[in-house]
Amino acid sequence: MVSQTMTISRAEVRQARRVRLGPLSYLSHIALVVWTILVIVPLAWTFLASFKSEDEIFSGAWTFPAVPRFDNWARAWEQAHVGQYFLNSVIVVACSTFGTMLLGSMAAYVLARYRFRGNRAIYLLFVSGLAFPVYLALTPLFFVVQNMGRLPVIGPFIGLNTHGGLILVYIAYSLPFTVFFLAAFFRTLPTAVAEAAFVDGASHTRVFFQIMLPMAKPGIVSVTIFNVLGQWNQYQLPLVLLSGEARDKWVLTQGIASISTAAGYDADWSALFAALSMAILPMIIVYTVFQRQIQAGLTAGALK
Amino acid sequence: MTHGRTRFIIGFLALPVLLYLIYVISPYAQAFYIAMTNWRGVNANPQFVGLENFRRLLDDTVFWKAVSHNLLLLILLPVGTITIALFFAYLLNVGGHGRGVGGIRGSKFYRVVFFFPQVLAVAIIAVLFQQVFRPDRGGMINGPLMALGIEPIGFLSNPDIALWSVLAVLIWQAVGFYVVLFSAGMASIPKEMYEAAQIDGAGRIPMFFRVTLPLLWDTVQVGWVYLGIAALDVFAVVWVMTAEQGGPDHSTTVIAAEIYRNAFDYFKFGYASAMGVVLFFFTIGFAALALKLSRRERIEY
Repeated sequence: MVSQTMTISRAEVRQARRVRLGPLSYLSHIALVVWTILVIVPLAWTFLASFKSEDEIFSGAWTFPAVPRFDNWARAWEQAHVGQYFLNSVIVVACSTFGTMLLGSMAAYVLARYRFRGNRAIYLLFVSGLAFPVYLALTPLFFVVQNMGRLPVIGPFIGLNTHGGLILVYIAYSLPFTVFFLAAFFRTLPTAVAEAAFVDGASHTRVFFQIMLPMAKPGIVSVTIFNVLGQWNQYQLPLVLLSGEARDKWVLTQGIASISTAAGYDADWSALFAALSMAILPMIIVYTVFQRQIQAGLTAGALK
Repeated sequence: MTHGRTRFIIGFLALPVLLYLIYVISPYAQAFYIAMTNWRGVNANPQFVGLENFRRLLDDTVFWKAVSHNLLLLILLPVGTITIALFFAYLLNVGGHGRGVGGIRGSKFYRVVFFFPQVLAVAIIAVLFQQVFRPDRGGMINGPLMALGIEPIGFLSNPDIALWSVLAVLIWQAVGFYVVLFSAGMASIPKEMYEAAQIDGAGRIPMFFRVTLPLLWDTVQVGWVYLGIAALDVFAVVWVMTAEQGGPDHSTTVIAAEIYRNAFDYFKFGYASAMGVVLFFFTIGFAALALKLSRRERIEY
């Protein structure tokens, strides 16, 4: 009885709202729903196709599989090496993001909080990197990495077709934004705590790691998210630096793009859809869980 | 306090600056020199040829096609994305209930979903849409069309349509980011502004042009610059999704794709670098122009 009155009154409220808003509200809702469909349908369709057999894929784009073919996923993971590519991406991005954040926050901190000759010049050198199109650097970069590979002792770990080389390049190309953003952040932090620590005899290094870095946590989190996503989704640099001779080193974007471009005639289309789903699903899940932080992290740069 | 200060500064800066000089600054600096050599293939003896590569670029019809595609995208990608994103951001923030001003019901859900494409790699999206646009019964769009007896659309095979397919995918991916960006901007506009406009009898649409847009102008300008630079840097969608990596018949190729093709397929390092230099000047020129054109009185509130 009580619940019934509640539903009635809620319906009445809705009715009243409709009257007030008129047709514009309907149209705006329709527009929003249409875009939602445009976003979700291609993703859902890919997921659906990943459970279909090849015949089912080509006989009708929108049919459901007779039985869900989980073996597509197994083939993509094993034979199409998506498992390997995934692992490679995790290794590369984990190392390069850690390196970017460590080196980037160190440089940003010194540039933001210490006055010395050349400070401004070094800061501008980093920030100018934001304006250059990476395609201008591609050719020389290839040879730089090749030459680094010829260095004694460390060469074999940082040359072409190595994860080390790719990681160092990712770090270097992530520095402009990281330094730019974190330097602005460090400048806004209060000085009192650090000064108190200096009086107590703490070293510069210790003040940085134990006081300033924890204080800068919100900024660090934003830039870390920005870099993880940017490096995870990178395609151009691995394409140049990890050639076809080093397939076992390839990252996920590169691996899946090559399944599709090299596919041609004897392609395993079902496995391609499974591979796509494997690349898409984790990102959607992680994003949905951390959506507030991720949205903030990605838009932080534009709002600064 | 000064004890160990210099050592600390050098210690903290040495590694980042060294990496940056080796991997970023030195390639950029070299690119300008390589652009003036005839370096090709494994030929170890590149010669200085001055502006010869740039002169040859003038007669390169494929390159000019690429340039024209970039310029088209430079206009249409920002215009399309910003228009759609402003529309949705406004609906989500101001389009809500009649009295007062507020977000529409479910605005949080829409914001989350619209942002999905932004977290996916462009290369992955390109593979996905290659399948969506398939010309046969397996295509997400053409499958149903053919089932209805309609001619399939050559999204990627028709040279007149292919570039529009590329643009559609780019906009599809970008909109969510700008909805969130503009929403953040709109949320910081004080409610009293809208209430005042409402008391003056302004409807939703005049309110957008008289209140929201002027107050959001700075953010729109930032979005404009970002999207313009993105349009000049288009690569993965074209390279992965389109037929013949920029085709059919060069109808979708862009500068970045031509740089990659010339450098790593044809091994014309000098020539590719000259294209890179042209792209560099386009980027700088665009950024300067955008800042100059859109600079206007900043409204403080």
